[in-house]
Amino acid sequence: MSSSDVKMSNNVIASTATRPRKLSAEEIAEIEHEMTLYPDKRAVGLEALKIVQKYQGWVSDESLLGISRYLDIPASDLEGVATFFNLVYRQPVGKNVMLFCDSVSCWIMGCENIKQAIKDKLNIDYGETSKDGEFTLIPVPCLGDCDRAPVMMVGPDLHRNLTPAAIDKIILDYQNK
Amino acid sequence: MDIAAYEASDGYQSLQAIAKGLSPDDVLQQVKDSGLKGRGGAGFPTGLKWSFVPRGGDAPKQKYLVVNADEMEPGTFKDRLLMEGDPHLLIEGMIIAAYTIQASKAYIFLRGEYIVSGQRLNRAISEAAARGYLGKNILGTGFDLDIVVHTSAGRYICGEETALLNALEGKRATPRAKPPFPQVSGLWGKPTIVNNVETICNLPGIITYGVDWYHGLTKGSDHGTKLFGVSGKVKTPGCWELPLGLPIRELFEGYAGGMQDGLELRGFLPGGGSTDFMLPEHLDVLLDYDAIAKVGSRLATGTMIILDNKTCPVGMVGNLMKFFAHESCGFCTPCRDGLPWVDEIFNEFESGRGSEKDLQILHDHVDYLGPGRTFCALAPGATAPLGSGLKHFKEDFDQHIKQKCCPYKH
Ligand SMILES: Cc1cc2nc3c(=O)[nH]c(=O)nc-3n(C[C@H](O)[C@H](O)[C@H](O)COP(=O)(O)O)c2cc1C
Ligand code: SF4
Ligand code: FES
Repeated sequence: MSSSDVKMSNNVIASTATRPRKLSAEEIAEIEHEMTLYPDKRAVGLEALKIVQKYQGWVSDESLLGISRYLDIPASDLEGVATFFNLVYRQPVGKNVMLFCDSVSCWIMGCENIKQAIKDKLNIDYGETSKDGEFTLIPVPCLGDCDRAPVMMVGPDLHRNLTPAAIDKIILDYQNK
Repeated sequence: MDIAAYEASDGYQSLQAIAKGLSPDDVLQQVKDSGLKGRGGAGFPTGLKWSFVPRGGDAPKQKYLVVNADEMEPGTFKDRLLMEGDPHLLIEGMIIAAYTIQASKAYIFLRGEYIVSGQRLNRAISEAAARGYLGKNILGTGFDLDIVVHTSAGRYICGEETALLNALEGKRATPRAKPPFPQVSGLWGKPTIVNNVETICNLPGIITYGVDWYHGLTKGSDHGTKLFGVSGKVKTPGCWELPLGLPIRELFEGYAGGMQDGLELRGFLPGGGSTDFMLPEHLDVLLDYDAIAKVGSRLATGTMIILDNKTCPVGMVGNLMKFFAHESCGFCTPCRDGLPWVDEIFNEFESGRGSEKDLQILHDHVDYLGPGRTFCALAPGATAPLGSGLKHFKEDFDQHIKQKCCPYKH
């Protein structure tokens, strides 16, 4: 699933923005640092999108335009990069993004039951955000932990050897964070 | 492992050999002699690949080394282990590789989800720089090297080496036409070597202990050790470093403990999601590149995915097809249009609506998407489990048609 598939249950955003958002000082400092690592500004595009996403939670049209102006990369080119990558969110996401591995080893080890447990608990399917705005469920290809399948990430944390019972506890832990 | 522990176990010794006068050509010769083959999937001889990089006074001044750490092949879990467990091994290997081709800048193209790997690599880079192993005039050799960790954002095609270069340049990551090959014109048009994490991690041993030692590690016709993984319903799934050339049985039974109680082995993909199914009768085949090629599959990433007798083979292949369809970069028609069609047909089978005609369409796509028909190797990779699955598990496809449902669910 690409970022463009991410739906927010209660929010619809305008599809075109005309006014760029002014990037924050922190965002600019990090983008400037990245620019020292590559011989060409264009190479920083993806990194800049991720930096903005780190601070804003997602990449709005206004943010995208802001980066485009700042790096002097055509907005259409930057949009081409943003929509290409699964982990750049062009729609708002919940506080915790669940990156759910549904690739082959996790499938063999029963990830569909785990997905069902998440669905039962949070009433969300792929691309959706729970009503309380806490969780967004996104499928990802093999997370490279197949010997401990089924696996998912919640935010930066990896959870392995998942069972339906473990899901209840994981969700509670993040809700209480 | 931190740098002190790493150094205590002969870490960075290869750089001392370089400081004592080992030339780039000497290193190249040793790597050629070692017989090391790329561990990223294709198994291309590493020394030969490096030898295509222009050398000498007329060569471009700027060259690049890029480490492919995009590990997204379904069922593959080896590079993560190396980067999390032994990041200095990769850094030392990168210094050797960069020195050989005289690249002063190296990028690690890291999968975005590998957060811990990124942290450990960045720490290892700072530690190595503080010791003078990175930066300007490394150990007085006059050789400079900087390493940058570039984190990606989740797209399988970025693992294809020319798409990876486009991604690093900030472009949409579609593959490039070859020639020119990256060794001559790669990143920003400069000579560039792309190697897999595990390939690079073989280098410190070869240079520190020598080619004879490296050859001595092996049981079969290919040289060195390899990380081998087993996932699926075995007793003790995991990943182990083993000599190339052991019988598959030793990995499957000895290390992975064989099947879980009550289950039987139906088949397995020997090296990740882009390899052809092998069968229980192949358990005595040796784990090396040629032996597995002889029975029609590929060693590839060396991470086996096990199919048991209670898991639906049609569902398993369907799962892989969904992955490939989703990850197609959309650049060429057969792959962009063909894989979603294949995926759709698997959905039909899953819900009991598969027909003989559908089966024929799947067979046709094994040809349409095969090697040489598409712009890159993603689609041919998909045809490996598809074609071999259709062949070896024909009765399961037939049962889905006859019973109008998935027999494993009912
Ligand atoms: C679709 C596709 C995905 C690939 N993904 C990876 C990958 O994640 N890691 C990797 O090392 N090689 C990957 N490869 C292989 C690379 O193109 C390339 O052959 C490899 O990085 C070369 O390194 P090596 O010679 O050290 O094996 C992929 C190839 C294709 C066609
Ligand atoms: S084969 Fe598929 S992934 Fe490769 S270039 Fe063509 S569309 Fe892209
Ligand atoms: S298939 Fe899920 S971690 Fe590899």
